[in-house]
Amino acid sequence: MTHLGYILAAYGAAFIVIVGLILWVWLDLAAQKRKLARLDRDGTRRRSRRPAA
Amino acid sequence: MPSLTQLANPTRFLDFSGKLIPWFAAAAAIVLAVGLYYGLFASPPDYQQGDTVRIMYIHVPAAMLAMGCYTLMAASALGTLVWRHPLADVAARSAAPIGAAFTLLGLITGSVWGKPMWGAWWVWDARLTSFLVLFIMYLGLIALWRAFDDPARASRIVAVLILVGFVNIPIIKFSVDWWNTLHQSESIFRMGGPTIDPSMLRPLFLMLGGFGLLFATLLMGAMRAEIYRRRVRTAQLVAARPRASVAAATPVSAAASPASAS
Repeated sequence: MTHLGYILAAYGAAFIVIVGLILWVWLDLAAQKRKLARLDRDGTRRRSRRPAA
Repeated sequence: MPSLTQLANPTRFLDFSGKLIPWFAAAAAIVLAVGLYYGLFASPPDYQQGDTVRIMYIHVPAAMLAMGCYTLMAASALGTLVWRHPLADVAARSAAPIGAAFTLLGLITGSVWGKPMWGAWWVWDARLTSFLVLFIMYLGLIALWRAFDDPARASRIVAVLILVGFVNIPIIKFSVDWWNTLHQSESIFRMGGPTIDPSMLRPLFLMLGGFGLLFATLLMGAMRAEIYRRRVRTAQLVAARPRASVAAATPVSAAASPASAS
């Protein structure tokens, strides 16, 4: 295979960027869900989720 | 199957996207694996470029998604400004970092291809320069969103800027026709059909499909995170107010958040 180093560099960059994106979305989603669950547990709810008075 | 209007409700979107994401992720993994097999092992080297043509199988999908993502953001900006669509700003804001990442990947892979083929990592060619401008625009928009505390206020200002910046998309697309560029002219989606041999077109389309499915998966995941982030913010704002004023207050900042529509 000619120019193997360049090909590996391009695919390596693609791997890093894509895995980075997947991790970022996954971790961000998990963090937001965790925060919302903690607020919910502490009794802090948005108006639409409060039991009717 | 829910309609687009029904999906405008963030809670319905969360339900629907939660079911779709595993299917899209699995499909993306399968299509990308097949595309990589064809791209790296089961397609011939180009008669001029040799094996560096294999870089095209990631460069072209990344570049197309970079422009497609901005087009989606422009459509979302219209949704924010014209229809006040509750998910439009969420979609635009979630798409921006993904679009920036694909633009960066397009720049890196293009540069890595350019060195052995053109003898230079970078040239100030119309296509390359306009594509670099796209990357800078993505970064600027992300920075602007973060500069505002209130997402509702930021959404309208950023939406106007997204629409202004959309002028760069046709410039990128047609730069190879309008100016004498070192970058090759359009060879896939053109009048008269592709100029690429089917043996190379197959891995290219497979990778395009795989990247597209991956983008849809990432976008749905990022939108879910953004909806939850706005719910957290709304709940924190409500918690920060004194109880009495919460009961008496008319919905102001909390209602301004698009996520509060659910």
